Amino acid sequence: MVTIEINGQELKAKAGAMLIEVTDEAGINIPRFCYHKKLSISASCRQCLVEVKNAPKPLPACATPVMEGMKVFTRSPLALAAQKGTMEFLLINHPLDCPICDQGGECELQDVAVSCGSDVSRFVEGKRVVPAKNIGPLIATEMTRCIHCTRCIRFGEEIAGIREMGATGRGEHMVIGTYVEKSIDSELSGNIIDLCPVGALTSKPFRFQARAWELSQVEGVAPHDSVGSNLHLHLRRNKVMRVAPKDNESINECWISDRDRFSYQGLYSDDRLTVPKIKQNGEWQDVTWEVALDMAAASLQEIGEGEQIATLVSPSSTLEELYLAQKVTRGLGSNNIDYRLRQGDFRLDGAEPAFSWLGLKITEIEGLNAALLVGSNTRKEQPILAHNLRKAAVSGAKVHFMNPLQLELNYAAGQQVTTPAGMVQSLAAVAKALGATGEGAAAKVIDEVVVDDDAKAIASALKDADNAAVMLGNIAAAHPDYSILCALASAVANASGATLGFLAEAANSVGARLAGALPHLLPGAKAATEKGLDVMKLQKLPRKGYLLLGAEPGYDFWDAGLTQSALESADLVVALNTHTSPALEAAADIMLPIAAFAETSGTYVNTAGEWQSFRGAVKPPGEARPAWKVLRVLGNLLDQENCEYTSSEQVRDELASLCEGVVPDNSVGKAESADLQSAVDGLIRIGDVPPYALDCLVRRASALQQTKDAAPAAICINADEAKKAGLADCDSAVVTQDGREATLPVSIDVNIPDGCVRISAGLAGTETLGAQFGEVTLEKA
Amino acid sequence: MVNEVCLRTLDLDRPWLLEQYQSRGGYEMLTRILKEKTPPEEIIEEVKKSGLRGRGGAGFPTGLKWSFISRNAPGQKYVVCNSDEGEPGTFKDRDILRYNPHQLVEGMIIAGYAIGATQGYNYIRGEFWEPYERFEAALKEAREAGFLGENLLGSGFDFELHVHLGGGAYVCGEETALLESIEGKKGQPRFKPPFPAHFGLYGRPTIINNTESLASIPMILKEGGPWFADIGVKNSGGSKLFSISGNLNNPGVFEVPMGTPFSELLEMAGGVKDGRKLKAVIPGGSSAPVIPGEQMMDLTMDYDTIAGAGSMLGSGAIIVLDDTNCMVKVLERMSYFYHEESCGQCTPCREGTGWLYRVVSRIENGQGRQEDLDLLNDVAARIGGRTICALGDAAAGPVAGMLKHFRDEFQHHIDHKKCLVGAG
Repeated sequence: MVTIEINGQELKAKAGAMLIEVTDEAGINIPRFCYHKKLSISASCRQCLVEVKNAPKPLPACATPVMEGMKVFTRSPLALAAQKGTMEFLLINHPLDCPICDQGGECELQDVAVSCGSDVSRFVEGKRVVPAKNIGPLIATEMTRCIHCTRCIRFGEEIAGIREMGATGRGEHMVIGTYVEKSIDSELSGNIIDLCPVGALTSKPFRFQARAWELSQVEGVAPHDSVGSNLHLHLRRNKVMRVAPKDNESINECWISDRDRFSYQGLYSDDRLTVPKIKQNGEWQDVTWEVALDMAAASLQEIGEGEQIATLVSPSSTLEELYLAQKVTRGLGSNNIDYRLRQGDFRLDGAEPAFSWLGLKITEIEGLNAALLVGSNTRKEQPILAHNLRKAAVSGAKVHFMNPLQLELNYAAGQQVTTPAGMVQSLAAVAKALGATGEGAAAKVIDEVVVDDDAKAIASALKDADNAAVMLGNIAAAHPDYSILCALASAVANASGATLGFLAEAANSVGARLAGALPHLLPGAKAATEKGLDVMKLQKLPRKGYLLLGAEPGYDFWDAGLTQSALESADLVVALNTHTSPALEAAADIMLPIAAFAETSGTYVNTAGEWQSFRGAVKPPGEARPAWKVLRVLGNLLDQENCEYTSSEQVRDELASLCEGVVPDNSVGKAESADLQSAVDGLIRIGDVPPYALDCLVRRASALQQTKDAAPAAICINADEAKKAGLADCDSAVVTQDGREATLPVSIDVNIPDGCVRISAGLAGTETLGAQFGEVTLEKA
Repeated sequence: MVNEVCLRTLDLDRPWLLEQYQSRGGYEMLTRILKEKTPPEEIIEEVKKSGLRGRGGAGFPTGLKWSFISRNAPGQKYVVCNSDEGEPGTFKDRDILRYNPHQLVEGMIIAGYAIGATQGYNYIRGEFWEPYERFEAALKEAREAGFLGENLLGSGFDFELHVHLGGGAYVCGEETALLESIEGKKGQPRFKPPFPAHFGLYGRPTIINNTESLASIPMILKEGGPWFADIGVKNSGGSKLFSISGNLNNPGVFEVPMGTPFSELLEMAGGVKDGRKLKAVIPGGSSAPVIPGEQMMDLTMDYDTIAGAGSMLGSGAIIVLDDTNCMVKVLERMSYFYHEESCGQCTPCREGTGWLYRVVSRIENGQGRQEDLDLLNDVAARIGGRTICALGDAAAGPVAGMLKHFRDEFQHHIDHKKCLVGAG
């Protein structure tokens, strides 16, 4: 620690810290543009010049390390003259079009101009004009306003890990933009909107929608991945106008993914469900809540047998919704409730960790020295975790991936790309290289596998690292041999001393386990004495009655075709949904409109096991109501006991008391059977879920749907496999899976391994197909 | 006392060839160092004694610069030669590359030996195609003769030298922008500290010296530091290449001892063209403030004397102006140069250089206003000392100098909307 003096005030500071960090900490304001706490120091805007005693020239506070006895003056005549000088230069070529600029009112240049600017300009020449560039559907550009702080450029290099923005040209002709008309495709790109101190980069969907001073700000939690990024929702007249990050150093720092930023548009899609509806003689009729709920309760009671009722819930639902959904279901005498709509293998049920989690804190990811990610496209699945993983990799961590497709990574990492069956072999080989023998399901696979050099390299990377982790992602969870992957990953972790982690799929996947939204677990993750059926069996052995919560048939299920036939054969389908869709309308008998993200209070438990509650920011549209209220009334109508909640907090607190003493634990037990379910012959479908097909909200977020990551459904296949199938790029082909067909365009993709064809799930055109991972045949259309 | 150091082979036929260089004792010094395994500290000490100051313009003592490198630090270190020579008026390094490239090669190898570097880069100005080819040819000859590559002359010392041809940006003559450029990045100066001695090329310890400085090394070591120092005057050791241009009868490059009177140099350059009257001299490249001709005739060409007159010796680029030159026009041309060459990184330079140019241009074109003179001084003052590199200072310097000595010409342009100088 050193002692310095700023404006006569004595301060203790860490030796080597930059002056601006010290003044920021102490609440002393120094104007700045290029400096940002999360980015490297550029020291080029020259706005933060201050006077340092005995220095011949004013020094930039952002790049001047503090030294013992240093005397600094931030508002002395010399410092102010320097700051005013820079401000004058910044303004001479700035258009000053504040009245039509979206940044107006929240512009750093405006703010600093108030303290350092002059009321009259001495510059009488024509100003510089820079043509705006179209850099994609998310970010609007007005580059004439750019002050060349280069924050967006440094963000790309240092945080997003893709150099998308750059500077071309020299001096006054320097222009910030993308290279040769490229668009910005990073999954974190929207953060440059927040970083841009002026109105050069603004939100395209928000453009000209509201002025900053018309907005009120409330806090929220992001609903699309298991990170639980903290949000600021900006509202006007009961409408979410835009979403921005809220700083939380232990979760999302100051970033959010594009999905969390722009998904709010889905709230205002035309197909929002706003009135309760019942189907009579095949026709949908608007009814009152009383009628709809009475009918739902009566119809559910009519089924009589509890085990004939199945409740399928979206893992994006709140903790309160999930808890009440299981309460209502179990009140009807059924344990048939499941949130794992996209899981491919349930043989570990009962032996899987009850309160599975990331295995470490989010902030601990960057401290890893080695990581093995199995079945995870982390960048697209949990972008903020990927950012942390990248930080680890950039500082030297050895990262390896095992996936059925080659990923576009933004750091150096090893990738093993094989068929789904091959993934099991690859992981088993690593386990074997570590000397693990495994138990139950894993033992046989390990015994039979041959250890190759790749496996040895991964094994020694994990073993040699002080901090290592083995993590299972969304693709692993959807894998037909998930139970074996879990057992193998556990064996690898145990043998190497690495931490085992589960990258939970959805915002509340972890919460759903605690809430008891499982056939074999009660609230508080306690084993149920009588087990219900898992989501797969509930479809393969169709039930008479289904209760759906936030789940969209055709898009949200592992085997879309199977779901549709199960629902079609049921006597009753009651759907609590935010949006309607042709598939839902075909399947359901009663549709109850519920509140979506930002419209309800609730709680999410993120993948690190943190509970985060939020309040409803806006009222749901029309007659839609928060789902916890709907479920509570349904419980009342079904004469269920202890269902008299008056607030969501009450529901949460009741569950919290049931969860007391329940701690995260990733120990994996013995799975039922060791037989491999992954197909080994034929062409295997890789049905990953693209980031913007994840849930009903993002599927309707119009700007996100125009991005590169929202490509329409296609048959992606490598050139060799295409040749074998007699297909060429841009052909149209018929995919047949489990006797159902879909016609899709062919796209030659080098990232797909032999024996596989990537046909992503959750996309229009794939509603009729089968399992996310399963055998398909192709034929030219 | 002319052409004693860098241009000492100029009288030979095709002096750029290895055999010609060797006929004057070329590579003898390197051979001796490698054979005798001269301690690097001794070499650095000799360079310090020579009083050699950086010939690129900043005048930093070369020996001192070399001593900043921790030569025993593990890992790669680099020697970089700055042959970017972009300062308007400077064209001396070009002649070293064209006529005596081997002396530079020898100097760089010795520098590498002295700091423990096995890799060197010569960054040659993009427009220097002929010098670039000459230098590449010299490298080929040196490599074939065993002066470059692995295990030089059986000494166990390795040294390889690469050429990097610039892309034509003036700012890449700034040493850290030059390093960025070699690394394949946009040529923009780095914020310092850290200095290249600690964090240079590819983040490794690096010495970066001007062509003339490095080419002087073999002779300094051969004849001894004191010999070199004695050629010049106190604080300005050695001889210096002056590029003298402008309105002269015989412009060119002359290697003369430091401290040579300007009047002698002017005579060597054949005097002012057509016997016209000397009006002003820019003594150290376009960024050096102008000195009126009469004052200049009494000055000697060394660091202290020129600094005492309010300007700087810089790279030794002397631009001679006579009474047919309009100083507003001259400043307009120089301001345009800096406006075009600013890298755009720092706000004051990016925005200010364009502003300066526009105001000067306005005055030159008869649209000046009275308040423009103060505005020019004020804008220049707001650029100078406020930027990462010296380009901002370079752009600001000439403005202050011109307005100090030739304010009447600017005033005339404003008052009469035309030039004071007849020919304009």
